[in-house]
Amino acid sequence: MSQLFAVLFDGFAYGMLLFLLSVGLSVTLGLMNFTNLAHGAFAMVGGYVTYSLVELAGWPFLATLPFAFLITAIIAAGFERFLFRRIYEAGELNQVLFTIGLVFAASAVAAYFFGTVHHSVDLPAYLTGFIEVGSVKLPAYRIFLVVVALVVTAIVVAGLEYTRFGAMVRASVDNQKVARGLGLNVNRIFALTFALGSGLAGLGGALAIDILSLDPSFGFHILVLVLIVVAVGGLGSIWGSFLAAACLGIFDVAGKYFIPELGAFLIYLFMVALLFIKPRGLFGRR
Amino acid sequence: MKNTLMTICALALSLAGGTALAQETVKIGVINAYSGQFADPAAQLDAGIKLYMQIHGDEVAGKKIEIIRKDVGGIAPDVAKRLAEELVVRDGVDILAGNLLTPNALAVGAVSEEAEKFMVVMNAATSIIIKKSPYMARTSLTAAQLNHAFGEWVADNGVKEVYTMVTDYGPGIGSGAAFEAAFVAKGGKVVGADRTPVVNPDFSPFVQRIADAKPEALYAWVPGGTQPPALGKALAERGVTPANTKIYAQGELTDDAALEAMGDVALGIVTAYHYNVHRDTPLNNEFVAAFKAANDGRDPDIYSIGAYDGMHLIYEALKKTNGDASGPALIAAAKGMAWDSPRGPMSIDPETRDVVQTVWIREVQKLDGKPANVIIDQVDNAKDPTH
Amino acid sequence: MDPHLWLKRKGRISPYEVAFWPIVLVLPFWLFPTYLSLSSQIAITALFCISLDLILGYAGIISLGHAAFFGIGAYAAGLLSAHGWGEPLSGLAFAAVVAAFAGWIVSFMIVRVQHLALLMITLGLGFLLVELANSLGSFTGGADGLQGIDTWKLLGVWKFSFWGKTAYAYSLAVLFILFLVCRRIVRSPFGLTLEAIRENPDRTTALGAPNRAHLQKIFTLSAGIAGIAGALLAQTTETVSLESLGFQRSAEIAIMLILGGTGRLYGAILGAIIFMVARDQLAGMNPQYWYFWIGLLLMIVVLFMPRGILGGLERLAAFGRRR
Repeated sequence: MSQLFAVLFDGFAYGMLLFLLSVGLSVTLGLMNFTNLAHGAFAMVGGYVTYSLVELAGWPFLATLPFAFLITAIIAAGFERFLFRRIYEAGELNQVLFTIGLVFAASAVAAYFFGTVHHSVDLPAYLTGFIEVGSVKLPAYRIFLVVVALVVTAIVVAGLEYTRFGAMVRASVDNQKVARGLGLNVNRIFALTFALGSGLAGLGGALAIDILSLDPSFGFHILVLVLIVVAVGGLGSIWGSFLAAACLGIFDVAGKYFIPELGAFLIYLFMVALLFIKPRGLFGRR
Repeated sequence: MKNTLMTICALALSLAGGTALAQETVKIGVINAYSGQFADPAAQLDAGIKLYMQIHGDEVAGKKIEIIRKDVGGIAPDVAKRLAEELVVRDGVDILAGNLLTPNALAVGAVSEEAEKFMVVMNAATSIIIKKSPYMARTSLTAAQLNHAFGEWVADNGVKEVYTMVTDYGPGIGSGAAFEAAFVAKGGKVVGADRTPVVNPDFSPFVQRIADAKPEALYAWVPGGTQPPALGKALAERGVTPANTKIYAQGELTDDAALEAMGDVALGIVTAYHYNVHRDTPLNNEFVAAFKAANDGRDPDIYSIGAYDGMHLIYEALKKTNGDASGPALIAAAKGMAWDSPRGPMSIDPETRDVVQTVWIREVQKLDGKPANVIIDQVDNAKDPTH
Repeated sequence: MDPHLWLKRKGRISPYEVAFWPIVLVLPFWLFPTYLSLSSQIAITALFCISLDLILGYAGIISLGHAAFFGIGAYAAGLLSAHGWGEPLSGLAFAAVVAAFAGWIVSFMIVRVQHLALLMITLGLGFLLVELANSLGSFTGGADGLQGIDTWKLLGVWKFSFWGKTAYAYSLAVLFILFLVCRRIVRSPFGLTLEAIRENPDRTTALGAPNRAHLQKIFTLSAGIAGIAGALLAQTTETVSLESLGFQRSAEIAIMLILGGTGRLYGAILGAIIFMVARDQLAGMNPQYWYFWIGLLLMIVVLFMPRGILGGLERLAAFGRRR
């Protein structure tokens, strides 16, 4: 029984990783109506930032995480300012084409500079062992993942609910025209939101190296997973993404444990069934 | 206007007549997955080809060797077949090489047969490929060859019951089946069998099932790359280690990255493989040193050695035919050829045209304070049992 | 204007069309005879692209799993051949029926959802089908691909060889015939109703059009055509693998269609030609990093030709006329 708990905890931690990777996309897709399939490519940027700092510059793993967030956010802000902004009104098909093109290019750039090899990072000793909780042995890194995800959720939710910036974001999303009329700089608010969401993906990418490993096709790899989380959770809902990611992680692991023959089917069956019943996802706004 | 037309016609003629001009070169078309999911093994394979030509030059039997590289972009037999056709028709190649992935190799095999071109399989490991064309030889391994020998070895070493866990696609299923058949034929019993998904597997639920079943031994098969360290970690985390369960696997499971991920809990895992990077022989040391020098310090792996030996087979066969690059001549020369490879002694079976080689049985032991694959036994002249 | 007259004018054959087909016939056969295999696969991809255009461009059904029907058609024709009946034309018909039937079943689900949910359900169904085909390994050949396909001579006369002559003639002929069929359909009152449903489903309901039945019809038809494209690929290459069903093929076809321009049929053909020729040429020059240039091409097209390449050309032509 306690062993089963350990397995389910693994699934939950995996789900939390998916949450970090997808929450930014939920915001850009749901709130700003921008179909950004390059979200995974931004996660890849974060991964390579951490890889470079740890393996090439010799930094400790933890110290690189803020930079994975920051550098990704800055790069994303640059793309938003000079490229994405030009296609906000171009329709979703053009956005799909453009951002997929960006993933192709990013993947080639990564292969050129970092090689095709799968990279991993050296974790500090306290993240590689186990922590015993009662009679259950839990991997330290997965506990760490869960803690980071919970802290990030708390910060994002608090930021949206209780800060001035959060209020401006909610206002811009609820009614762009009125927000503009009230003198809010909606463009700047969207740019910042986009940068923050991408930064979170970068952080997720850095944290994912140990679980999913890092290679130039990372941006394609996680795209489908991330889209599933966003669709199931419901566009624009942070709690929806959180719940969807947690459910997917746990459901996936439990399914593989109890009925391994169906291992690969479950996650898709779950998604198709849920979206057919609730096309807007668990907590969709629109 | 007239000039443009003339140029186009001349261009078309030169495209069509490209073969006639290139009599003094032997062209090798390499069909490989340079981009996409399998880009890394493809790069390692390509490095093996490059290294051989760097060491042995690009001239054999008075002919210049020219390589033409084509990217299939992953598993895509339709594309692989088209590329092979174009290599033959447009580029006028004499030899079809590369062939990283089974479905692609099967498709290229059809072209090799129809166009009567010599074909060298440098990696794909499914037994049936070799039957696709009478002009084909293989220098990598077959999954059945390795795992049949291994299954018998495990049974001979007193193991009675085994739980198998293999990746749910062709190579994994084939390897597992070969192991199980050989093991059962020698009186062993399979007490459980699970299959793990090909992409993004989280191994912990599967490993937990094994931990619950508490079998005497586990046989595991995972593809090289990201999965060995991931499975290694899951085994360590869930406490399925040689301390309580004997673990047998094909060599991928204990590659360097996986050993690093597992640490000391890996001690005692036994694997079968046809190439050991760290096997201490002058030939291998020289090969590894040269490979590392040419590839930023990266070690060669089974893809590199398959390609290196594949080029060796092409060069030696060309020497034997005095530069005759026709399919029938080259395959006749290749049949029965034997040589010392960095992996050990190997040969091409004159009957089946498939690879014959030593299967090395290795155990993870501590060497200079670090876990390493140490050879504890060997099965000489292992052949694919299904031919 | 009289609606009948208007319809007739809309269906008129333009001089560009008359020029296009002889060019695609002549160019590969006489000027680039060593590119026939590629040309054949481009024709097949163009047909597949057209099938997606029918639902995406005309009916507004966005799908990321259309390769499912392509693959079903490929496996249907492949299995028929592997079990001893390699006659190509009847194989095509069989594949069309099987794929259309699958499309009809799925269409009941498709017409009930929109937007992201539609995208993800089509994607999920595609993945489920791949897993199903993988686990039915003894039937489909699993990850190794289906073995033993042997396509008989076309009409009992022309053999499929590695020169690709028969393959291209066959693929192009099927593409041309089905193109004419699709052209007729999208210019019929039924096709126009589809466009109306795409633009404003509430209004068409108010006007008394059976939205769902119409969408189901076009989806079934589109699945059948995708199945024919898959069968063509299976027959001309004598290979079928799990990848013919996969996400990557679904995504690529969508990329090609958007690249060429949706809702105009020729955009589908042009997108397939440009994407595949560019990929072939770029990959030939630089097998390891070619996809950088493909990515750049896609981004540039969006920035400068937001209605696809054909849309861009139309604008250019209109600009030229005005001057």
